[in-house]
Amino acid sequence: MRLRRTMMFVPGNNPGMMADAFIYGPDSIMLDLEDSVTMAEKDAARLLVYNALKTIDYGDTEMVVRINPLNTPYGKKDVEAVVKAGVDVIRMPKTETAEEVREVEREIEKVEKEIGCLGRTKIMAAIESTLGIVNAYEIAVASKRMMGIALGAEDYCANLKTQRTPEGTELLLARQTIVVAARAAGIDALDTVYSNLNDMETFRKEVELIKALGFDGKSIINPRQIEIINEVFAPKQKDIDKALTILAAIKEAEKKGSGVIAVNGKMVDKPVVIRAQRTIDLAIASGVLNKEEIDNE
Amino acid sequence: MSSIKDRADLIKQAAAQMGKETYKGTAAKAQQPRTEYQKSSPKIATLEEAIRKCGLKDGMTISFHHHFRGGDKVVNMVVDKLAEMGFKNLSLAASSLQDVHAPLIEHIKNGVITEISTSGLRGELADEISRGLMEKPVVFRSHGGRGSAIRNGDLYIDVAFIGASSCDPLGNACGFSRSENAKSICGSLGYAIPDAHHADKVVVLTDDLVEYPNTPSSISEHLVDYVVVCDSVGDSSKISSGAIRDTKNPRDILLAKQAAKVVINSGYFNNGFSIQTGSGGASLAVVKYIRESMIEKGIKASFALGGITAHMVKLHEEGLIDRLVDVQSFDRAAAESIMKDPNHREVSAISYASADEPSSATHFLDIVILSALEVDVNFNVNVLVGSDGIIRGAIGGHPDTAADSGISIVVCPLLRGRIPCVVDEVTTLITPGSTVDVVVTEYGIAVNPGRPEIMERLKAAGLNIVTMEYLRDRALSVIGQPDPLPFGDKVVGIVMNRDGSVMDVIKNIVEK
Repeated sequence: MRLRRTMMFVPGNNPGMMADAFIYGPDSIMLDLEDSVTMAEKDAARLLVYNALKTIDYGDTEMVVRINPLNTPYGKKDVEAVVKAGVDVIRMPKTETAEEVREVEREIEKVEKEIGCLGRTKIMAAIESTLGIVNAYEIAVASKRMMGIALGAEDYCANLKTQRTPEGTELLLARQTIVVAARAAGIDALDTVYSNLNDMETFRKEVELIKALGFDGKSIINPRQIEIINEVFAPKQKDIDKALTILAAIKEAEKKGSGVIAVNGKMVDKPVVIRAQRTIDLAIASGVLNKEEIDNE
Repeated sequence: MSSIKDRADLIKQAAAQMGKETYKGTAAKAQQPRTEYQKSSPKIATLEEAIRKCGLKDGMTISFHHHFRGGDKVVNMVVDKLAEMGFKNLSLAASSLQDVHAPLIEHIKNGVITEISTSGLRGELADEISRGLMEKPVVFRSHGGRGSAIRNGDLYIDVAFIGASSCDPLGNACGFSRSENAKSICGSLGYAIPDAHHADKVVVLTDDLVEYPNTPSSISEHLVDYVVVCDSVGDSSKISSGAIRDTKNPRDILLAKQAAKVVINSGYFNNGFSIQTGSGGASLAVVKYIRESMIEKGIKASFALGGITAHMVKLHEEGLIDRLVDVQSFDRAAAESIMKDPNHREVSAISYASADEPSSATHFLDIVILSALEVDVNFNVNVLVGSDGIIRGAIGGHPDTAADSGISIVVCPLLRGRIPCVVDEVTTLITPGSTVDVVVTEYGIAVNPGRPEIMERLKAAGLNIVTMEYLRDRALSVIGQPDPLPFGDKVVGIVMNRDGSVMDVIKNIVEK
């Protein structure tokens, strides 16, 4: 299972930040060719992002590139460059319909066929408008390449004729729609960015809220936000203990060849196992559980 | 009955036997209140008078401290005056030199200054010297090495010029002033103490002449020949500029957190431990994270050493560090603390870090956290010469503390922009790799193979342990193999080891 607690935005025209973004340990890095790059720099940034993906060893970090929309002069060139560079995920901005996803998919396929790696590139869609929210499920299932949908709150709020508040009341429907659509489609749900770096307390509250809503993680704009998200998402010790018990029981049952099992008198079915596994993965990724300890058990 | 007249012959006889004169009477007492009399103390002189009375001659050695760092005004003031007075071929022995000393370039060109010894060079002066400004190479020493050299005569000082924030008419001088007229503050005068003890003549320059007795004092009156009052000895707002940075930079924070984890799991983080940190942004930030762990684990430190910062003062005031041993105050908070707090004590460069002084504090130091311009695959460190071949740093106490401490931890980023900090071979050898135990980068932590027990402890703590070769390759993979530096054939600098041996030379750079 891949964790996507943190997807860090890095401007596609900043080589220094691109070179060392991964040292802060975000789960995903999103190199941006869209809003953080001015028109005059679109080509230069594309070349830079291409070379960064080809040259820099980002280890296990998932590499995402946010492309320009296909209806701009840059979108198709962006797709070609980053697919050829071997990007993991293309992030579509301002997605409103399933057809837009399919268009990107067709562009990706064209390039993948050309270089012989059909099916490698995943897609995620940022939903940043009321129309996008209404179409969220269709967007989420528009392609089997879809790995997640994300909320872009600034444009959405403008569209909604409201503005963002620290409590996020105005975003509640959008957030829940995104999570529900993602879960129904079996893909990940990512929350919008929080841009006030001087208010880590409100940021933490927002992270607690979106975790409770069911999000997998959040887009971030600064490495200082990573630690807080990881802390909030880190499983508590009693949950870890419970998950370990469940997984041990499953292992035992598999050995014996028995089907249905129970732990502490409660039946353990598939969702329970999935949740237990996710707890353990999160615990290891958060550094609160040592992988070797489990392997040795 | 016998009177002194009757004993006159016996007095003469006794004097003759002892080879002494007989008593001829006492000069008349000064007939004025002593507070007035102090002001005309025979030690008080103008700068020019003091220079003349010291008997300074062409070719002699003059010395300075750098406690005002970038705010220093004494070096330029004195050398300007010496130039005006027509002196030539002087040797300038500073504890360090900064950007602010660029005016020395003219004095070097005019032949006033022909030799320099220092811990470091920065700015335009460093640039020019790197390009071959001087005929004779600059001699670089560590702070402990300079102390030893002054004491054993390798570095003989004819006249020491010591800037002080307060001094009384008799010469009791401090790096702070207890008076209402205080104009400046630099805290510890630790680097000037060896000069005061061993120079032939000592001139204190002060911008606050205070009433006698200005005690406790850093420099005691019996060491001082002349006291010169001037407008300003330094701009205190600049003592924390230059090398000292407080950081919000996420990379420095990451490095600091990693370094703190190394400290905490090193085996040296026990009750009563001692610690020193360097002046880089990351190594200063480490203190913040160590503090949290000290509170959590109930661990207290016996002393913090070296350049003392506001962070260290805070820990001391919170009761987490028992004593502060201060050779140099790195910021105003530290400078003010040394004035007020009897448990914050000044220490001379010799008692701080000299290799040949068995009681020097570095010998009893557990943990030191240092920065670096470059580290090589053999753990050698360069803190003096940039990767462009230009001198841009200072040796400081780096090799002293690395050699003597229980564990030395060097914190540096893998890359600074497009410049790699982990390399095959350092441009200039300052701190030998055999004395460097751990190197912390944002891409992983390398442990000297000579310290397998530390490696085991850090691995057990789950830290990301890598080799220096991995770090070097990682840097190369991002920036590629840099071109060799365009060095010329002239030696512009000599690096002395702290034991007085010659360790490396710096060649001139021909183009940028």
